[in-house]
Amino acid sequence: MDSKESMESREAKDSIKSQVEGLLGSRPRQARHLLAVLQDIQAAFRYLPKEALLMVSEKLEVSAARVFAVAGFYKALSFSPKAERLLTVCQGTACHLRGSEKLIQTLESRLGFKIGQSSTDGRLGLETVNCLGACALAPVATVDGAVHGHLTPEKALDLI
Amino acid sequence: MFLKDHRELEALRSGLMTGPAPTRRLWVCGGPGCLASGAAQIQAALASEIKKQGLNSQIDFRADLTGCLGLCEKGPLVGVEPEGFLLEKVSLADCQELVSKTLGQGRPIERLLSGHQPIKNHPFYQPQIRQITRRFGQINPESLLDYLKTGGYQALGLALSALSPDQVCQMVERSGLRGRGGGGFPAGRKWSSCRLAPGTVKYVLANGDEGDPGAFMNRSLMEGDPLAIIEGMTLGAYAVGANKGFIYVRHEYPLSVERLNRAIEAAEKMGLLGKGILGSSFSFNLEIVLGGGAFVCGESTALMASIEGREGQPRVKYVRSTQRGLWEAPTLLQNVETWANVPLIVEHGHEWFKSQGTSANPGTKVFCLVGQVKRSGLVEMPLGTTIGSLVFEVGGGSPPGRSFKAVQIGGPSGGCLPESALDLPLDFDNLSSAGAIMGSGGLIVMDNLSCMVDVARYFTGFLMGESCGKCSPCREGLTLIYRILEGLCQGQGRPGDTLELKKLASLLSKTALCGLGQSAANPLLSTLRYFEEEYLEHENERFCRSGRCQGLFWPKIDPDLCSGCGLCQEACPAKVIFGEKKQARQIDLANCLSCGACLAVCPFGAAQAVRQDS
Repeated sequence: MDSKESMESREAKDSIKSQVEGLLGSRPRQARHLLAVLQDIQAAFRYLPKEALLMVSEKLEVSAARVFAVAGFYKALSFSPKAERLLTVCQGTACHLRGSEKLIQTLESRLGFKIGQSSTDGRLGLETVNCLGACALAPVATVDGAVHGHLTPEKALDLI
Repeated sequence: MFLKDHRELEALRSGLMTGPAPTRRLWVCGGPGCLASGAAQIQAALASEIKKQGLNSQIDFRADLTGCLGLCEKGPLVGVEPEGFLLEKVSLADCQELVSKTLGQGRPIERLLSGHQPIKNHPFYQPQIRQITRRFGQINPESLLDYLKTGGYQALGLALSALSPDQVCQMVERSGLRGRGGGGFPAGRKWSSCRLAPGTVKYVLANGDEGDPGAFMNRSLMEGDPLAIIEGMTLGAYAVGANKGFIYVRHEYPLSVERLNRAIEAAEKMGLLGKGILGSSFSFNLEIVLGGGAFVCGESTALMASIEGREGQPRVKYVRSTQRGLWEAPTLLQNVETWANVPLIVEHGHEWFKSQGTSANPGTKVFCLVGQVKRSGLVEMPLGTTIGSLVFEVGGGSPPGRSFKAVQIGGPSGGCLPESALDLPLDFDNLSSAGAIMGSGGLIVMDNLSCMVDVARYFTGFLMGESCGKCSPCREGLTLIYRILEGLCQGQGRPGDTLELKKLASLLSKTALCGLGQSAANPLLSTLRYFEEEYLEHENERFCRSGRCQGLFWPKIDPDLCSGCGLCQEACPAKVIFGEKKQARQIDLANCLSCGACLAVCPFGAAQAVRQDS
């Protein structure tokens, strides 16, 4: 049992490594592309696997400490997997004035998890964004990148 | 086609300008607001409808996406050329008629027209001077030929054939152009300083990391006229002697990245970027860098750290970036809107540029007018326009049943100004002496239902989350301030809170490391300065006069103002509002949640907040 599991995890690690190898190939191997490479990895895996970060450190010749520091600094990057679908509520000023906070509270209590978390099956995640620039439609949220405006908690729940 | 010199450029341009023009055009607004309400689908439907009705074979009809047309409130918008109509709230169902009637016969669809046609007479547009946004509604931002046709690259052609780098620098200096990203630092001083700085490797950078909530002017520019930014940067690179530039774009703006990348590619193909531009010895390459979702990266030194591939933390500016910036090389960094002004100055001269705005604040500025205002959207006005004319003439004032309370200017580093500031001219100097800043030009209008303590809590919470954590005044100070503000909003204020807030705010602004930290107390300081009585009411009486902070007020319906429409009854989550049709409503306070939902929906101002003990 144990050996089977470790074999599976080894296979998973190998597959991560080969994918990261491919991603690294698309950019010049210079330290200045560190953030861009991490964004590529985030887009491919929805998180930054540890193996991937260590590989990046080796190939870009940047210390592992710096790779992890950069990975931890930017909000677009995460160490744990993000949900398959994301409901992102805008909390810009115009949305705030038009009730985004109540919208968020209602969503949290109806969905049973908080902003920044995902449903237990990992399908749906709840996030906020500082501003989407669609202020005239406030309050707004995006689902998988598509923007929806003039939201009420009911409308937002319908979206998902 | 590769342009070998500026004569070829001018020949191509005159060919384009005398060539056949489309008889009639529909411009689908491609601004952030309209895209969010389905503009791209409408453009696609119009294009397929044109094919279906066979119109493209007869005459040159077009329906293209263009830059933000401004009146976001009424989107999706479609402009009609040459008649100058603007159609509002267009839906997919209108597309067939739009093509057969409007495009085919030049007749508008009455139900989609606002009362003011042609659109230049609309009160939203009439006071505006559209200089930076002039191509919005004139070109397809993905077409370099459209850009050339509307005067694009005239400035670069002129500079490379007839002006020395020093002359270009002088023009910008004499124009009095001030940086559009925040503080309004004189652009010419930066240019000259960078030009004179020793070193063979120099960089020019554009800041497109628009992170202020309620601001989308940079996004609109990057998506509506990307080549103006690129041409401006090319001129800047020529003037200071740089061969490499970066545009740093917020990662939440994928369309901006796409448009800028396409524009760069198109310019490279034509020889307007790259090696030996227009046959000169000047070479310049541009690259996009995608941000990582950190507000602090809008700060100049943090932005450079991020481009270098490090955490975006600011450094103390003992040495200016124009001397030692990106990779320790002299670096000229400007906001994307500042760059877009440069081709205009070089093409028309500094005297022309100064004809708009005031003597110390020349030119125009793009503003985002949002919040509790009738007509929100993207607005361009000369600097020095009063706040009142923007909010009331262009924006139409507060929504029905509400009254104006304050306008928040300059994003999280800005401040809230009260009614008495409405006559204040919108320029860099007047705003900062009033306790706000120009910032990137976001104006958020607030009304009697906006609680100023809550607004301060909101901005402080925003900044607390975005603090990079490098210096303790910002990291710890904002947390302390936030806790007090949160307590006040939840009815747990303690005696002396307001005084404590004043102390913390002054400490923070005096001791933080970077400009963002030093200005982080501005939302608090400005609301304390103009609305202290609201703080004291929260602290001493547990009362929120705006009906915003739950539990700190009771709603009351004024029977003289109530029309009996029943909107409050529908909105009430506790179902404690009762009354007959067309009769004034009443509230059963025993089971009321004091949530304010009734206040928010009442269009007559009949639902009001009163003290709980009254």
